Amino acid sequence: MSNAKTISREALPWIFTILWIAAIILALLLFVGAPVGEALSGFWNGAFGGRRHAYLMATLSRSALIVGMAVSVMLSFRAGLFNIGGEGQLVAGGLTAALVAVLLPGPPMLVLAVAIASAMLAGALWALLAGILQLFMGVPLLVGSLLLNYPIRYIASYLVAHPFRDVQSGMVQSHLVPQETWLAYFPGTRLDMGILFTAVAAAFALVYSYWTVHGYHTRLNGLSPDFARTVGLPVRKLTLQTLALSGAIAGLVGAIAVFGIHHRYIDGMLVQPLYAWTGIIAVLLVGMVPWAVPISGFFFAAVQTGAAGMERAAGVPKEIALVVQAVIILFVASRVSGALSSSRGDGDGHA
Amino acid sequence: MLELIADPSFAASIPRFVTPILLAALGGALCERAGVFNIALEGFLLVGAFAAVLGAYFSGTPYIGALAAVAAGMALGLIFAEFNLRRGGDSIVVSIAINLLAAGLTTFFLRAIFDVTGAFSDPAIAGFAPVRLPLIEDIPWLGPILSGQSPLFYLALACVPFLHIFLARHRLGLRIRAAGENPQALRAGGVSPRRVQLLALVACGALCGLGGAQLSIANVNLFVENMSAGRGWIAVVAVLLTRGRPWPLFFIALLFGAVDSLSFRVQGLGLAQQFTDMMPYLATLIVLVALSWWRAKRTKGDAS
Repeated sequence: MSNAKTISREALPWIFTILWIAAIILALLLFVGAPVGEALSGFWNGAFGGRRHAYLMATLSRSALIVGMAVSVMLSFRAGLFNIGGEGQLVAGGLTAALVAVLLPGPPMLVLAVAIASAMLAGALWALLAGILQLFMGVPLLVGSLLLNYPIRYIASYLVAHPFRDVQSGMVQSHLVPQETWLAYFPGTRLDMGILFTAVAAAFALVYSYWTVHGYHTRLNGLSPDFARTVGLPVRKLTLQTLALSGAIAGLVGAIAVFGIHHRYIDGMLVQPLYAWTGIIAVLLVGMVPWAVPISGFFFAAVQTGAAGMERAAGVPKEIALVVQAVIILFVASRVSGALSSSRGDGDGHA
Repeated sequence: MLELIADPSFAASIPRFVTPILLAALGGALCERAGVFNIALEGFLLVGAFAAVLGAYFSGTPYIGALAAVAAGMALGLIFAEFNLRRGGDSIVVSIAINLLAAGLTTFFLRAIFDVTGAFSDPAIAGFAPVRLPLIEDIPWLGPILSGQSPLFYLALACVPFLHIFLARHRLGLRIRAAGENPQALRAGGVSPRRVQLLALVACGALCGLGGAQLSIANVNLFVENMSAGRGWIAVVAVLLTRGRPWPLFFIALLFGAVDSLSFRVQGLGLAQQFTDMMPYLATLIVLVALSWWRAKRTKGDAS
């Protein structure tokens, strides 16, 4: 009896939360005058349906990128490093992957391997830059990593607009990477194998976070930097290593987007869909718990493809997805706190 | 380069770039001083820019547009307060969510109301006309900077000394600083720190709303998706650098605005647009590094 009472007391705020979110979605649907039933069935179809599950495959393909970015930022967040420069690291990786594959001659599999490795290296270096700015130049990671998103975005835009542009296509994009390097589809589907890379990265992050000494040390650093320093952990080294790891995974995600989905670098292809920011909120939604991150990444991917389905079925602007995601984060993840505090304004490396 | 800086039309364009950064940064300064870590200035600016176009389009006067921007900014400030102060959400998490919410709401309503994606421009959007100041406009070099700007620029200028005196002398200003520096003392005095912080957030929303209005109905007469384009983040940096003090903030905003304006001008020199576009962010990083080195050196000097 008393047990049931505590359960209902715990469940009540969640019921209110869900009602609030539903009410806001309903208000937006009514504002555009969309038929609610059709909108909802369009959402379901867009996220999980389609002929031979084509839309479900699109959701999975998108979640390969979102979960990848989520894993990348999760490693930083758990180490107490508020690296919000995932977007820049993602762009650095995608750009490098495409350019290497376009320019490098050789057997396709070798080219693919070299391109992916260079993409990871590029992502890692871009993340390290933010770490160096914080540790040695007194620029808080939070703003340093964010500000670094912009230069790389414009560098990439310049490179595919001028020196490496596919002029004949008439668009701002690089040439296609050789067809032999494209990631294959799973048999009988239109889902590329990129999701396997993400699965490996997620599994690695899980093992790393829970079962390695290094992962334990970084987590310690995240929970209490003072304690970590006092017991003699090499805090600076851990910071740089963690950032490099995050950046490498973000770079890998950029490579997946190139070889699995677009087969070239198109200006804005990694920035406009807000993959990096969606990855961040996917991590925040589940309070940085590693095993739950892939689930919440898939959930947000479904929100986005579902919104596209809602647009097709009921004429609701698909931008509603962004609003819904933000509202969910506001209501649900506003409970996350603590571990993020150390890289605020007055973090490490400040004089 | 020197000719460019001496060019009066370059100087005259600086206030256009300073105003949004300065207004947003002053709003951020209020939060900073009140102890609210608000890094959602980017979202506040964006919502202000959109609401200003909405108001100016439907009413036909830019002043209603500016009022709409103020109202929208204040509403966003209330949402921030609800989730950060009342529900106790982490301020970074709430800020990120508010930024996404702003991007989502503006693009959603852009399509829902005007049925366009990307950008909305219409002759019916009533923009601010430049205010000409007689006599002052005849001063060489300085005249075109001070005269012929949007009313929001003069408002932003007036806000700097006003906020300085307000924070130093006014009772509410003292309470805002107490909420940031010593909330227990404030509570002991019978004032709720949270309520003071709420006021700071709402005022921040109003100021950022005006900054957004400068972007959309003073600098141009249109709304473009994501048109704040990082200026809110630059304002955040300005706030962090100056710890929310109005006068230093004014000079930092002036510097950032001048770089912004310069990068706009050098596009004419044949430099690729992508390189001029990244100048404000690089300049911001350089200023951050330089200031932190200078501070480190000074503290070292004090110690010896």
